[in-house]
Amino acid sequence: METLERLLLGHEFLAGIDPALGRRLVGCARNLRFAPGEYLFREGGPADEFYLIREGRVALELHAPARPPIVIESLGGGEMVGASWLVPPYRWGFDARATADTRVFGLDAHCLRGKCDADHHLGYEMMRRLLPVMVRRMQAARQQMLDVYGHPPA
Amino acid sequence: MSAAPPAALADPMLPAPWRVRAVRRETADVVTLDLVPLASGVPCFAPGQFNMIYAYGVGEVPVSLSGDPADRSCFVHTVRAVGEVSAAIAGAAPGSVLGLRGPFGSAWPVDAAAGHDLLIVAGGLGLAPLRPAIYRVLARSERFGRIAVLYGGRGPAELLFRDELAVWGARADVTVAVTVDHADPSWHGHVGVVPALIGQIGFDPPNTVALLCGPEVMLRFTATALRAAGVAAERIHLSMERNMKCAIGLCGHCQFGPDFVCQDGPVLRYDRIAARLAVREI
Ligand SMILES: Cc1cc2nc3c(=O)[nH]c(=O)nc-3n(C[C@H](O)[C@H](O)[C@H](O)COP(=O)(O)OP(=O)(O)OC[C@H]3O[C@@H](n4cnc5c(N)ncnc54)[C@H](O)[C@@H]3O)c2cc1C
Ligand code: FES
Repeated sequence: METLERLLLGHEFLAGIDPALGRRLVGCARNLRFAPGEYLFREGGPADEFYLIREGRVALELHAPARPPIVIESLGGGEMVGASWLVPPYRWGFDARATADTRVFGLDAHCLRGKCDADHHLGYEMMRRLLPVMVRRMQAARQQMLDVYGHPPA
Repeated sequence: MSAAPPAALADPMLPAPWRVRAVRRETADVVTLDLVPLASGVPCFAPGQFNMIYAYGVGEVPVSLSGDPADRSCFVHTVRAVGEVSAAIAGAAPGSVLGLRGPFGSAWPVDAAAGHDLLIVAGGLGLAPLRPAIYRVLARSERFGRIAVLYGGRGPAELLFRDELAVWGARADVTVAVTVDHADPSWHGHVGVVPALIGQIGFDPPNTVALLCGPEVMLRFTATALRAAGVAAERIHLSMERNMKCAIGLCGHCQFGPDFVCQDGPVLRYDRIAARLAVREI
């Protein structure tokens, strides 16, 4: 437990967190390992866990009928995966697949939501860390939408 | 009757004939041409400079040099067919002749970057004008601190120089990070925008020089991300593209605010142009 606490609080997503607050997350956390090709979760499945990548690589994939799946983003060590665990109806909006040997912390979503509801300091601390990542990813998605490497129209 | 002028005084508006020695296909619409002069030697060029290439009877466009500045056997150009002239150049067969004048324009400040960490950031076709700088840097990498090449493209099939990126990436003295906007699951590399790579490599922002080339939107977002990371605006250099006609500072076609891109550029310092980059339709 002691090493899980040390490792979890050492994750970049929680960098600088008040240890007293951070320690409260430990009870929700477990260590997980995914082999290349294994899915962390699939689109539409219950978003019942929040993942912090320790090492490895995770591809976020979207599927459309009659088309090959498309990777929209890839994430590595120090990054977090997904926010659907926080937003009703708590269902994943894409697939997440390990593309290398990947080690993550999984934080039980029910446990995490309960603690954030019960302790707004902790809830606010989580929001403060989640929101900049979400904004950064939304801005990146907008840049990808611009298709800047394509030819400008004549 | 006067004798023919010496080469240095030759009419800078008059293209000289160069033969296409070899053609390599890079992607579906990009080729690399090796060009050799019919009449003279191959001039020196500085990384970042461009030539005006003339497809006889079609037209003339600026194209950056993409080869090794230490190789004096030919000029190397990497061309994407986007319109009539670039398609004619990209379609030139080995043995055919193109007109060429140059080299023109400003250079990447490779030597001035010695002693600093160096970030070379390219998007799409922008890797071509940066490749001469990469060759020069890697030829004497001990002069620099950490060296990183960050490269982004639309998809894996549209990346330039993939074999060379792999060779550079295997070296201990340079970090290479490649990302694409979208990919199918067979791509195991990074997916995301170029600025996202900046946070993933180790460098010392106050002591970093950055060289950027790519589509203007990508330049803007990348320069903003570098500034946010703590890189000084005057140490960020970017290559700008504007339509050109004369390439020698006469016609004003390439004007970008107070600068003529053909002479003051194409490589310009970010602190000089940041305000203009933010303005629409200059
Ligand atoms: C300093 C400098 C260096 C350059 N280096 C290279 C290089 O190394 N390799 C290379 O392939 N090109 C390079 N270019 C761009 C090249 O000059 C243009 O692609 C070319 O002028 C287009 O002319 P065109 O007659 O073929 O197409 P046009 O008929 O002029 O244009 C056809 C279509 O292509 C679009 N287009 C025009 N210019 C560009 C562009 N730069 N990028 C994308 N789309 C464009 C137009 O909007 C239009 O839709 C450089 C330009 C400059 C100013
Ligand atoms: S192209 Fe004529 S002034 Fe620059």
